[in-house]
Amino acid sequence: MTSASVEDGDVLADTSSGPSRPRPIRYISPAALNLHRVYEQNRQRLRKKDGAKVPDPTAPQTKGKPRLLLMGQRRSGKSSISSVVFHKLPPSETLFLESTARIQKDSLSSFMEFQVWDFPGQIDIFDNPNFTFDMDAIFGEIGALIWVIDAQDDYLEAVARLNTTILHLHRSYPHINIEVFIHKVDGLSDDYRLDIQRDVTIRIQDELSDQGIENAPVNFHLTSIYNHSIFEAFSKVIQKLIPRLGQLEAMLTNLCRTCRFEKAYLFDVNTKIYIATDNTPEDMASYEICSDYVDVIIDFTEVYGSWSRSEKWRERLEGEPWAQPLDEQVACEWAESGMVLADARRPIMLREVDRFLALVAIMKEGSYEKMPQINMNVDVVVKGLTDFFEITKSKEVSAGGPPGLASPGLS
Amino acid sequence: MGASPAVAGVDPTSPSAAHAQLKKVKKQKVLLMGKSGSGKSSMRSIIFSNYLARDTRRLGATIDIDLSHVKFLGNLTLNLWDCGGQEAFMENYLSQQRAHVFSNVGVLIYVFDIESRDIERDLATYVNIISALVQYSRDAKVFVLIHKMDLIQPLMREEVFEHRAALVRRKTSEAVAIVHKQKPEQGSSGQQQQQQQQQPTSSPSPSSSTQLEPPISLQLFATSIWDQSLYKAWASIIHDLVPNLSVIETQLASLGLAIDADEILLFERTSFLVVSRWTSAEGEGNPYGDRFERMSNILKSWKHTCSKYTGTPRNAEQFSDFEYKMGATFSMFATKFTTNTYILVCMPPGEARFNSAKLNVAAARSWFKFLDGPVVSAQQVGGSGPGATMGVPSSYGADGAAGTHEN
Ligand SMILES: Nc1nc2c(ncn2[C@@H]2O[C@H](COP(=O)(O)OP(=O)(O)O)[C@@H](O)[C@H]2O)c(=O)[nH]1
Ligand SMILES: Nc1nc2c(ncn2[C@@H]2O[C@H](COP(=O)(O)OP(=O)(O)O)[C@@H](O)[C@H]2O)c(=O)[nH]1
Ligand SMILES: [Mg+2]
Ligand SMILES: [Mg+2]
Repeated sequence: MTSASVEDGDVLADTSSGPSRPRPIRYISPAALNLHRVYEQNRQRLRKKDGAKVPDPTAPQTKGKPRLLLMGQRRSGKSSISSVVFHKLPPSETLFLESTARIQKDSLSSFMEFQVWDFPGQIDIFDNPNFTFDMDAIFGEIGALIWVIDAQDDYLEAVARLNTTILHLHRSYPHINIEVFIHKVDGLSDDYRLDIQRDVTIRIQDELSDQGIENAPVNFHLTSIYNHSIFEAFSKVIQKLIPRLGQLEAMLTNLCRTCRFEKAYLFDVNTKIYIATDNTPEDMASYEICSDYVDVIIDFTEVYGSWSRSEKWRERLEGEPWAQPLDEQVACEWAESGMVLADARRPIMLREVDRFLALVAIMKEGSYEKMPQINMNVDVVVKGLTDFFEITKSKEVSAGGPPGLASPGLS
Repeated sequence: MGASPAVAGVDPTSPSAAHAQLKKVKKQKVLLMGKSGSGKSSMRSIIFSNYLARDTRRLGATIDIDLSHVKFLGNLTLNLWDCGGQEAFMENYLSQQRAHVFSNVGVLIYVFDIESRDIERDLATYVNIISALVQYSRDAKVFVLIHKMDLIQPLMREEVFEHRAALVRRKTSEAVAIVHKQKPEQGSSGQQQQQQQQQPTSSPSPSSSTQLEPPISLQLFATSIWDQSLYKAWASIIHDLVPNLSVIETQLASLGLAIDADEILLFERTSFLVVSRWTSAEGEGNPYGDRFERMSNILKSWKHTCSKYTGTPRNAEQFSDFEYKMGATFSMFATKFTTNTYILVCMPPGEARFNSAKLNVAAARSWFKFLDGPVVSAQQVGGSGPGATMGVPSSYGADGAAGTHEN
């Protein structure tokens, strides 16, 4: 147990636990860099507002990346969750994950860089006889604490430990969102799931109000690695960490209105987390089909788009009768895809925004014929999304007034 | 050739020429055997009846023989005999029903559960089944599936499979040898026996079994209902059963060359098994050797996703015109082709090239009409061109697409 340490200063990926899989190539897109800047600004603002302990950027562990802390009892499913969501491990293979006594720290470059820390369940960081944890090193960073509760097991102890944790955090680290994953709900009936959620909620709220705390930022999610619920829950958790989410949502809402889309999502392609959607009511079915669509595209891309063709091939294709470089033979330099559902000829479309983000939208019945106009509108919004990050950047440089978001310019 | 690559009517490999070779299809008896609980009904339901892997937990045990006629590609009927694996029934197949069950078999698929506790007993049963098969259907092909591989640690899978496969190969040879021993008049194995008797001191079974290549065709696969391995095994199984395969292959190749594709895959519409495929020289450079079963798996799960979203039955047509253009890297599309098939085309990037390929694929549908049922006459084929010329560069596409009118 003493080996559990956060002092090793090694914030970079330590993924020794999971089976190795090919990882997507990582590099930082302009978008990622800019989000990072916005995040720094938020941190400064927070520091001024309340005198709470705010992340100290000089500490070695805190490199200004929002941090997701995964905690909960042993075998509640923490390592499975991070392997499935962040490393694309097939759910059934989590059966072979070994438990470790060390804190697993992962750093993810995606549309936004964040850290994922997976805490072994047997470690009690608040009351450990062998080791004193440096709380600032753990909680001194904006982010979320994800507390995983195994819904198929007796959860009283898990809830008691969660209560202790919330009390600690509430006092010293109020900037941490607390997200409770009531996990492994696959195989439980809908009624039973809701019963458990109600019971857990009451046990936590009662305890908190006994301590005189109202409105603690505690959120609940019903999750399972065997379906989309875990990705949807992570989407919610991460959206709260995105600066100016409202503006992104407004752009998507606008797009839906002008193009008569039923639903639009902005996806982080690597994790299938959606970072924004339009303002129509949440709809799990739409999220599922769009997220599976992203999966299909990732697979196609890997199989047919991840290896290079020969020089001869290119020469032939650029020669007569085409007589044009391949770059100029294509209509769109980013990945784009469309597909028609057979029942009502309802199209679904996908457009890559940058290396990390893709826009996916379900269109209304019969809009297939209007594809050319729709494509033009989508072009405009994709431009708007890129501008979104650009404007953020120039704002910081000039330290000017409120960020005026360029209107997506749909008409 | 140049100007009109997709001209169906005048090409030497055109339907009229090819169709003359079309053969009538006969029913094929396919035995599916293995211990009870090994996963036979699960794989059958996933491949042919659109079950999801997780639905199979609810399958009831198969009692006795479950006979089903699986329609494949419209005119091929697989008589699938899913033989309940309970011991009592197995005994019965081997004794009273022996001739009935093992005569006229085209293919035997034998499933081993990798988690089975009693390997010796499983192998003994297998040997008995092989003996019966060799006795009544000497030309049958045997496919052995080492199944439920997902239950083995990922890093151990290859080793565990190789070990089990070696065991099965040896047992197969032994089983065949025994049958031949019982009929010493059947040539070589009788001599083999004599040789052995002449050298009583040499080490017995291992050497004799390696000398004996099983005179039956045996292929082994590691499978699991939870991944694409199932599609790989079953695509091999149906591959040899598909009628007129050489005609399909020839025509896919002409289509591929005509539209400048890098790869074409033809899927059967219900199972999404790859029926046939064509790859260009450039496409052969693709490092993903497992891509065929992977594409089956991807498209079939996509079909399930669509079905869940639309609320329409899983075996209904779910999607059409799936297009994907990855900038200047490549383009592809997957679409309904003939009544019983889907086609996937992967090709070089380029807007004009893409539009032209789509038109030409649509025009080529009629070449493949024979996949859907009784052979159509040569005149019907190649008759109706789409006559669409818009947006196609005149250098080849327009001629190609409209070319079916010439002749
Ligand atoms: N049924 C079910 N099992 C799960 C789920 N998530 C994880 N598990 C299983 O729970 C077990 C413990 O998971 P693990 O990630 O090692 O837990 P940790 O100790 O919290 O890291 C593994 O056997 C997982 O396969 C889930 O959503 N549903
Ligand atoms: N883990 C695992 N289970 C499987 C696999 N295939 C089938 N099963 C399970 O094995 C059980 C028995 O399968 P079934 O198809 O009824 O066996 P049959 O008696 O041979 O027809 C079912 O619960 C299936 O879900 C597999 O590849 N992996
Ligand atoms: Mg763990
Ligand atoms: Mg059965």
